[in-house]
Amino acid sequence: MEIKMKPTRDGFGEGLVELGRIREDIVVLSADLTESTRAAWFKEKFPERFFSMGVSEQDMMGTAAGLALSGKVAFACTFGAFAAGRAWDQVRVSLAYMKTNVKVVGTHGGISVGEDGPTHQANEELALMRILPNMTVIIPCDAIEAKKATIASASCPGPVYLRLGRSGVPVVTKEEDIFKIGKAVLLKEGKDVTIIACGVEVYEALRAHEALKKENISARVINLHTIKPIDKDIIIKAARETGAVVTAEEHTIVGGMGSAVSEVLSQSCPVPMEFIGVKDRFGESGDPKELFKLFGLTADDIIKAAKKVIARKNARD
Amino acid sequence: MAKQPDINELKKIAKEVRIEIVKMLNCAGSGHTGGSLSMVELLVGLYFYKFNCDPSKPLCNTRDIFVLSKGHGCPALYAVLAAMNFFSKDELCTLRKAGSRLQGHPQRGLPGVEISSGSLGQGLSIANGFALGARLNKDPKRVYCLMGDGELDEGQVWEAALTSAHYKLDNVCGIIDYNKFQIDGRIEDIKGLEPLKAKWQAFGWEVFEINGHNIKEVTEAYDKAEKIKGRPSMVLAHTVKGKGVSFFENKNKYHGVAPNKEELAKAIEELETEK
Repeated sequence: MEIKMKPTRDGFGEGLVELGRIREDIVVLSADLTESTRAAWFKEKFPERFFSMGVSEQDMMGTAAGLALSGKVAFACTFGAFAAGRAWDQVRVSLAYMKTNVKVVGTHGGISVGEDGPTHQANEELALMRILPNMTVIIPCDAIEAKKATIASASCPGPVYLRLGRSGVPVVTKEEDIFKIGKAVLLKEGKDVTIIACGVEVYEALRAHEALKKENISARVINLHTIKPIDKDIIIKAARETGAVVTAEEHTIVGGMGSAVSEVLSQSCPVPMEFIGVKDRFGESGDPKELFKLFGLTADDIIKAAKKVIARKNARD
Repeated sequence: MAKQPDINELKKIAKEVRIEIVKMLNCAGSGHTGGSLSMVELLVGLYFYKFNCDPSKPLCNTRDIFVLSKGHGCPALYAVLAAMNFFSKDELCTLRKAGSRLQGHPQRGLPGVEISSGSLGQGLSIANGFALGARLNKDPKRVYCLMGDGELDEGQVWEAALTSAHYKLDNVCGIIDYNKFQIDGRIEDIKGLEPLKAKWQAFGWEVFEINGHNIKEVTEAYDKAEKIKGRPSMVLAHTVKGKGVSFFENKNKYHGVAPNKEELAKAIEELETEK
C-alpha cells in the first residue's frame, strides 16, 4: 500500500484557513517565517487579521498576548527553536502566567528539519514548554491530526504550544478519527510491551508493531499527541497490563515526552522503561532519513528497545 | 470645551499617593521605594485626569488600557488604583504578603491591573497588541504603557518600538520614567541611553519631553499625545528617583529597599509638610 506523505505544517495551514473562515476572532502573527510556517495561507485569505512581526519573536509573543487580552485568539508562528528558545521568558510571563489565549505554533520541530542543522532543529522545546504552568502541549502525528489539533486549540482556553514538522510524514490517521486534546489514542492493542509515541515517531511505532508481531511479540501502540495535560489513565493502564514501556519522540529524552510518561509511571505504576529520542546532544545537518538512523529514531531502534525492555521485565519477574 | 485639569487637586492626590506608598512599603518590609515615588505624577495625571475607566466595571470594553511595564513600580499603581476605588485602601497593607492579591510585582486579576509584569521589557509589545486589537474592534480606546529607564536596556523594547511605528499605532502612548538610575547605579555609568529623545524620534515616535513631577506638564503631554495621528507618542518624563522624601531622592540604595519605622515617620512628616 502506498503511503501518503504530507508535512504536519500543511495540516496546520489548512486548519488555520478553516478557522479564519468560521471564526472572526482568529488572528495570526508571524516572525518573518510566514511561508515556512504556512501562516501565509491564512494571510492570503484574511490579510486584515494577519500581522507581520519581522524577526522579533519576543515582541511577537507580547503582541499576541495583547491581542488575546483584546478578545482575540492569537496564533503566533515561528520555528519551534525560536518560539521556545528565544522567546521563553515572554512565553512564561506574557502567556503562561497570564493565561493569555495565545497559540504558539512551532514548526520545524526535531531533526527532520534536516539540512539546516542544529540551530534550526528544535529538540528541546517540548521540555521548555511543558514545564510551564497553564501550558498545553500538543504534537500531532500527521497532517490530518495537525489540522484537527489546530482547530481544537482555538477552543482550548489559555496558551497552547503546537509542535509541527517541516518534512513530509506518513499520514497514519483518518479524517473520521476523533481528536481530543489531552486524550491519547490507542492505535494497536498489545500485551507484551507498550510503545508510547508522539509526532512522526507514531509511524515508526506502528512499523515496529508489525515487525514485532512477526516475532510473536504483541506490542501495544499509543499515540500520545498531548503531553500536557497528560492522559495518565491510558498510560497507567498500559503499564499495568503490559508491564514494560518504550517511549519514542523526535526530541531530547531529557525532559520530553518520555520524561513526562516516566513522571506518571514512577508515581503510580513503576515498570521498566526505555527511551527512544535524541540522546542529550545537538542535532546536525543531513538528509532526515539518514539522520533518523544516525540518531536512533527508526522502527528498528524501537524494536530493539522493545525487546530489551521485555527482557528487563522478565528478569524482574 | 475640553476638560481642564484641576492642578491643585491633582497635586493633593499625588501627595496622598506618596504617603500610601511609603506606608505600604514599610508594612511589607521590602519593595521598590525609589522607582515607585518617581512615577507618582505620571500616574495621577493619567488616572485622575485623562483616563477613561470605571472602577466599578474594571473590565468594561470601552475602557482605556494602562500597561505597567516596570512592574516593580507597582506600589505606586496600587496606591492610585485604591485611591480610584478599584479596591479598598485597607488592602494596601497586604502588599507582598502570602495570599494577597497585591503581589510583589503586579498580577492580572487584581481590579485595574491589565497585565502581569515584573520581567522587564515586555509591556510595550503587549500595549501594541491591545492597540491592534482595539483597531480590529473599531474601538477608540487609548493604550498607555509606562516603562522604566533601566528597562530600556531590554532589546524587546526596541523590537516593540519598531512595531508601534510600523503599524502607525497612534492609539499608543508610551511613558518613560527617566529617573536616571538603575539597580547597579547611574544609567550613564551602567549603560547610557542618551540621546534618548533622538532615539525614539529616529524610531518614528512623536516625543514630548517634560518634567515628570510637574503635573501641568504631565497632563498637557497626555492631551497633546492624543492629537498625534499616524504615529505613536512617547512622554519622556524627567523624574527624580525617590521623589518627595529628601533622604530617598537620588539615593540608589532605596531602589529595592523599603523604609523602616523611623524612616517612615520622617518621610510622612516631610510629605505632609511639603508645599
